[in-house]
Amino acid sequence: MAVKTATGAPAELPRGSAPAKKGFRAWLNKRLPVDEFVSTQLTGYYAPKNFNIWYFFGSLAMVVLVLQLVTGIFLTMFYKPGEATSFDSVEFIMREVNYGWLIRYLHSTGASAFFIVVYLHMFRAFLYGSYRAPRELLWLVGMAVYLALMAEAFMGYVLPWGNMSFWGAQVIVNLFGTIPGIGPGLVEWIRGDYGIADATLNRFFSLHVVALPLALLLLVLLHLVALRQTGSNNPDGIEIKARLGADGKPLDGIPFHPYYTVKDVVGIGVFFVLFAIVVFFVPTLGGLFLEAPNFDPANPLSTPAEISPVWYFTPYYAILRAVPNQRFGALLMLLAVVSFLFVPWLDRSPVKSMRYRGWISRTALALFVIAFIVLGFLGKRPPEGLYVVLARIFTVVYFAFFWLMPFYTRIDRVKPVPERVVYHAH
Amino acid sequence: MADHAVVADDEVDLSRRKFLTRATVATGAVGAVFAAVPFIESWSPSERARAQGAPSELDLSKIDVGQMAVTVWRRSPIYVVRRSPDMVARVSGHDADLKDPQSKDSNQPKYATNVLRSRTPEFLVVIGTCTHLGCLPKQHFDKGDLYPSWPGGFFCPCHGSRFDLAGRVFDGSPASINLNIPPYSYPNPTTLLVGVDEKGEA
Repeated sequence: MAVKTATGAPAELPRGSAPAKKGFRAWLNKRLPVDEFVSTQLTGYYAPKNFNIWYFFGSLAMVVLVLQLVTGIFLTMFYKPGEATSFDSVEFIMREVNYGWLIRYLHSTGASAFFIVVYLHMFRAFLYGSYRAPRELLWLVGMAVYLALMAEAFMGYVLPWGNMSFWGAQVIVNLFGTIPGIGPGLVEWIRGDYGIADATLNRFFSLHVVALPLALLLLVLLHLVALRQTGSNNPDGIEIKARLGADGKPLDGIPFHPYYTVKDVVGIGVFFVLFAIVVFFVPTLGGLFLEAPNFDPANPLSTPAEISPVWYFTPYYAILRAVPNQRFGALLMLLAVVSFLFVPWLDRSPVKSMRYRGWISRTALALFVIAFIVLGFLGKRPPEGLYVVLARIFTVVYFAFFWLMPFYTRIDRVKPVPERVVYHAH
Repeated sequence: MADHAVVADDEVDLSRRKFLTRATVATGAVGAVFAAVPFIESWSPSERARAQGAPSELDLSKIDVGQMAVTVWRRSPIYVVRRSPDMVARVSGHDADLKDPQSKDSNQPKYATNVLRSRTPEFLVVIGTCTHLGCLPKQHFDKGDLYPSWPGGFFCPCHGSRFDLAGRVFDGSPASINLNIPPYSYPNPTTLLVGVDEKGEA
């Protein structure tokens, strides 16, 4: 496998291929490093051999990104941004464009699917300590992807110009108005009018289809480059680069291609089965993926009975509403998102993976997941009575997970970490 | 070809080179800031949007006592309530339950900085967007409509903010300030002009 080059440096080449000296391939490689890319990034990139089911979601996120780009390009061909045209053009896509309904439902379901795989991907990082040194930047770039994705999803939701689009935009844009001093002016600048208007819709369209996708692609690329630099973490949370074989390759690593490309293809297959069930049978998922008020055109003089964002924002929305002061509520909501950025430095456990951590860390993570889900549920309920009390309790749990982390991870009793990854051949 | 002036390493004036580099970078940065101005300014309300924000007129004689009319000014709904003497009386008596009973921290013109928050007791003119996050509070003018001690006012269905019949916010609401009051004037006794007062157009 390892071939020596003329200079004596080991070079990994695609399986079953000798270095081409003649012909098109040699001509091509002299001008574009195709073989070198394949050998360094795929066949020669060693990933830990003990990946489990949690390692599907990174590649799935890439698949969904491509799906969103392709369906988005086609939707843009038929969609007409504008106060007077947006809603009608979406109905035109749904009723008159051939397969327009399918392309739109792929895109709207894809948005929710994006957040599902990203949340599972992030949970994986919490489970195995994937954000820990030396992967702090990998985590931060990933969080930047998440933030860009939130902006992308929010602006995309405004485009159909349904009544929930309008009022969602109203509520979210007004959050900027709580900033002391510059708030009101900033809100007017974002909207480009004295209310959410044509100007707002058109700039959101531009950001949604041009600026943010570009930013997302760039950030995903950075995420991958950072991943290639540090290498993947694994369920045991130990560095496979620390144990190299005689050939200089990690003893516990296997080439990404063909082993993990094949594994990922299986995951993609399962994913698309589930995805297709939603697209074809329950595209609105009972109002979770597409909310009922959004099938009414935007009406600045009529608020929907209950304004709530799509499910992937509801945990933060519940935190916003749990506070009886608007400025503090908005601040706490911001802090809820920003808290993720500090995790690499808040976690002081001597081990990375939950496999070798004690009950305190495990309980904390379990409580956090429960809090995130319950807050997500509460964000969809009216802010009254017991719901408010529960939202306040789980907001405290949410923040305790992050900001008590330096304490509970230090006192937690950890188990010894093995020298090599735990792996059972099938 | 070989008569290039060669400068020996120890003859290079590094501090001069450093100064020139920094000066160039600084000049470039200033240029970048100026170049950003047109792009940032393009987001501010256009001339057309400003023109459409002109004052808005309403015929008050068409509002019955105890009723509310909604007009639009600068894309915001303006609630105009013709308060009956009973409704005016129900504005007082619950100051202890309010966040800002004297409207000290709220936004209103001078002539509306009073208990009834209006030019005349009869007509309440408020911007009908919740000061929390901009939803439209709904009218619940009847006494006891929401709960037994409810004096009548507005309730925002989004996040549960409550306001009395002068648009003053109750304790326990996520909104921190009273409903905003636009500049307005009465060019004649039956006409309301929103967006213009003695000080001129807003």
